[in-house]
Amino acid sequence: MSYLLLAIAVVVVFLIIQLIRVFELTGKLRNSDEYSIKEGPNRNRALGWALFGIGYFVFFIWLAVKYGPMMLPEAASAHGESIDLLFDINWVILITAFVITHIVLFYFVNVYYWRANRKADFITHNNKLELVWTVVPAIALAVIVIYGLRTWNEVTGDMTASDDAIKIELYAKQFDWTARYGGNDNNLGVANFNFINTSNPLGLINKSSIAIRLDELKAELNELEEDLTKAPKDGKKERAIKRKIQHRKDQVAAIYAMKRNIEVNGNGAYADDDKLVKLELHIPVNKPVNIQMRSQDVIHSALMPHFRAQMNCVPGMVTNFNFTPTITTEEMKKKTGNPDFEYILLCNKICGTAHYNMQMNIIVEPEEEYLAWYGEQKTFNDALMAAHPEYFEDNLADNQSK
Amino acid sequence: MASGTAVHQENFFTKYLFSQDHKMIAKQFLLTGMFMATIGMIMSVLFRIQLAWPGEGFAVLNFFLGDKWAPGGVLDPNMYLALGTIHGTIMVFFLLTAGLSGTFANLLIPLQIGARDMASGFMNMLSYWFFFISSVIMVASLFVESGPASAGWTVYPPLSALPQAIPGSGMGMTLWLVSMVFFIASSLIGGLNYIVTVINLRTKGMTMTRLPLTIWALFVTAILGLLSFPVLFSAALLLLFDRSFGTSFYLSDIYVAGEALEYSGGSPILYEHLFWFLGHPEVYIILLPALGLTSEIISNNSRKPIFGYRAMVGSILAIGFLSFIVWGHHMFVTGMDPFLGSVFTFTTLLIAIPSAVKVFNYITTLWKANIRFTPAMMFSIGMVSTFISGGLTGIILADAALDITVHDTYFVVAHFHIVMGFSAVNAMFAGVYHWYPKMFGRMMNLRLGYIHFWLTFIAGYGVFFPMHFLGLAGVPRRYYTNSEFPLFDGFVDMNVMMTVFAIVGSIAQFIFFFNFFYSMKRGPKAPQNPWKSNTLEWTTPVEHIHGNWPGALPEVHRWAYDYSKPGKEDDYVAQTVPLEDGETDGEH
Ligand code: HEM
Ligand SMILES: [Cu+2]
Ligand SMILES: [Cu+2]
Repeated sequence: MSYLLLAIAVVVVFLIIQLIRVFELTGKLRNSDEYSIKEGPNRNRALGWALFGIGYFVFFIWLAVKYGPMMLPEAASAHGESIDLLFDINWVILITAFVITHIVLFYFVNVYYWRANRKADFITHNNKLELVWTVVPAIALAVIVIYGLRTWNEVTGDMTASDDAIKIELYAKQFDWTARYGGNDNNLGVANFNFINTSNPLGLINKSSIAIRLDELKAELNELEEDLTKAPKDGKKERAIKRKIQHRKDQVAAIYAMKRNIEVNGNGAYADDDKLVKLELHIPVNKPVNIQMRSQDVIHSALMPHFRAQMNCVPGMVTNFNFTPTITTEEMKKKTGNPDFEYILLCNKICGTAHYNMQMNIIVEPEEEYLAWYGEQKTFNDALMAAHPEYFEDNLADNQSK
Repeated sequence: MASGTAVHQENFFTKYLFSQDHKMIAKQFLLTGMFMATIGMIMSVLFRIQLAWPGEGFAVLNFFLGDKWAPGGVLDPNMYLALGTIHGTIMVFFLLTAGLSGTFANLLIPLQIGARDMASGFMNMLSYWFFFISSVIMVASLFVESGPASAGWTVYPPLSALPQAIPGSGMGMTLWLVSMVFFIASSLIGGLNYIVTVINLRTKGMTMTRLPLTIWALFVTAILGLLSFPVLFSAALLLLFDRSFGTSFYLSDIYVAGEALEYSGGSPILYEHLFWFLGHPEVYIILLPALGLTSEIISNNSRKPIFGYRAMVGSILAIGFLSFIVWGHHMFVTGMDPFLGSVFTFTTLLIAIPSAVKVFNYITTLWKANIRFTPAMMFSIGMVSTFISGGLTGIILADAALDITVHDTYFVVAHFHIVMGFSAVNAMFAGVYHWYPKMFGRMMNLRLGYIHFWLTFIAGYGVFFPMHFLGLAGVPRRYYTNSEFPLFDGFVDMNVMMTVFAIVGSIAQFIFFFNFFYSMKRGPKAPQNPWKSNTLEWTTPVEHIHGNWPGALPEVHRWAYDYSKPGKEDDYVAQTVPLEDGETDGEH
């Protein structure tokens, strides 16, 4: 606050002084030849550019020294190192180009300022020179493209390569993340948005969640039918209710279709033994993970800066990103000298009010610790049973009678 | 077409409001653009205050936004997003598309090609009035109860489609879309007119290879607009359908606010493709006029021909063509097929070659020149610097593998503000300082011009350059505050610094406004050709007349860049001066 006031005050005072000067100047202007160029001031403007040039480089270096250490925090994934190498190659080329072009620009400005007794050289073009500066950037870019695409293939090549990778789903919704693990079979069960309710936020499918959801929809349908009898005929309200009824019926049909698809056609499996974890994503070190992303509502993006990983989460489709973490959280705490260090996952696609605080910690740990942690997590089926015991007694009774 | 010099009766309405004269329409575009830009600029200061001092109360915020959106002077998070969205929309479309092209295409095309007016004065007027309506609607959307559009200037669905997801996607978003429909209509009508005028109405001797680079740039810009804006139009229309009529072009499998929605089978990715098919050419629709204006100004003030005229034209054409096949670089992390990603990486990096050629040509124009540092020239040199600084980071972003880490972070914000925003604003100021005498018949104050330049230029780099470092540390854009992540705590003072620069830079613009309006009435009368320029606009009388030239149209005998030609007494030779025996023309 105080900074701001100070800044505003300084600038306002400055402005007032300048405005007063204008009024002085305008008097002068009408009878002077202000617009005929003069050598002295023109030379000074050239010097202004030289000063600016120095200031610009100093600013750059100051920023790099002060904030550079926070840039590209140490890469903690296998492909991250290749990306960092590619960054370095690019920096060398780009900063060289940046410095040279700017030095030449400010140099020319400072040498070829206007003088009354000289004329500019009439140079219209120079084919050789132009060829050189088309070919040189082309070669530099060829290097960048070749290294770049190699790295890109390395990063994305992972995606299909890993059958033994741990499969984890990252589920995004306004404004938090849920991680889902595939259970003992490392296989993620089928999910669909028509199954979402308070006890099943990811819309996972198993026998009980089907039964629960069908009952819910039937109850809603009954209520809607009743409303319909009360609604005035041919009104807007009636149409809205009819539309809702149709939507619920469509949902019921969709649920039966998914059930048949799993049970009869064998497409995918039930999510009984999947494990859901909020707020924390645990992964073992040095094992490839295959992250599959879904979203419940709008587009989100999972950015994991330390792993050089990012992928959008798009409603209606599943996206993938694979990587292999190489440094555990504990090791990173030591490396950074920061006992509170945590790997983070941020949302990086504008998604609504609390977009700025849609985060999750990532914990990379040795495999034993990971497995121990994993063993403690509840399965989806157990969680569902805790929320809806009544459905499970029915199921039990069903099973016993068979 | 406006005919000759016939004097006809004019009243206030036909002269100032419903004028069909291109010079008046240019001024209308400029003033409307400046008005919109002022709104956009104030918005940026408001959200920068929040970023520097998150959660603190400020009377300014409460003053502008009221108790609803800044209770106790603390910015509401939804309003933060809305401010960013409207700021981006205004700056990209209203200032740097309509404001820039609208002003300078209208002013310069007829004057520099030697035409009495645009091909269709009526359509030209229509183009302005559509733009005006669009501006009014956009401004009106700021006062909607549920807030203006808030999904970012790219308005990706589902966020932009669902009021349940963010309040700004209600009425505010509807008005945004309606405003854009008018905007696109305005651009298309205007662009068509520019193209037809350049093709058909060039005066005798004004061959395409004698066109000043300004006209080449504005001409190619109009073509890009004509080919890409219709795609945005369909994207906006389909979004309107999804929002209002329950279609599912972009939406599928959505559960929001406790309810599964009926949409099924659409894809938000389709919207992104359509948007960026316009969106990338759009950035060149902004940049090319900027490059055109500065080419002219740099050559004129260097008293030297632009270096490599043909290469400049060639690179404008190459950039124009390539800009249509690179849009996918905005979508590397949408789950796009990796091979497709490779293709877009390749095409995007190709664009860097003509861009580099342009930079080298600018710099070489300064070599052995005789440089006059007018305010316009200062801004133009500034543009060369910003174009280099911002263009180079584009090469990082174009590399799909690198983009994974910096996509949607402040690195991108730094890139496009410097290469597009800052460059085009520099060029636009350069254009205003340079052609002000042509527009208003008076001169602007030089001293204020220099002060304005240095404050703007230093503040601009001060705001945007540090953002590279934020982005590389992983700080995402469009965050209401960075204070929720201990990882980013080291940047608190940087955010304060950037905000102070933003405030200084914004206040500096009032120096410009003062100069602009004060000089209109009280500036010294302009001579006919104040900058000793070769181009045709400076052969018209200072007082504006219909039809531009009192007598016959001028005849063109040479290209626009005979500055400091050997054997000539002056260091400039107007395009209307016939070639002497044995004298060669153009780039020889
Ligand atoms: C050397 C040439 C350039 C290259 C290689 C390049 C590359 C890129 C890439 C790859 C992105 C996407 C970054 C991301 O979202 O992760 C991007 C963003 C952008 N570029 Fe460039 N660019 C170049 C020049 C320009 C120019 C000349 C302009 C404008 C005049 C421009 C304007 C933009 C804008 C507006 C965005 C961001 C849009 C957004 O996400 O809101 N770029 N550029
Ligand atoms: Cu999010
Ligand atoms: Cu682009």
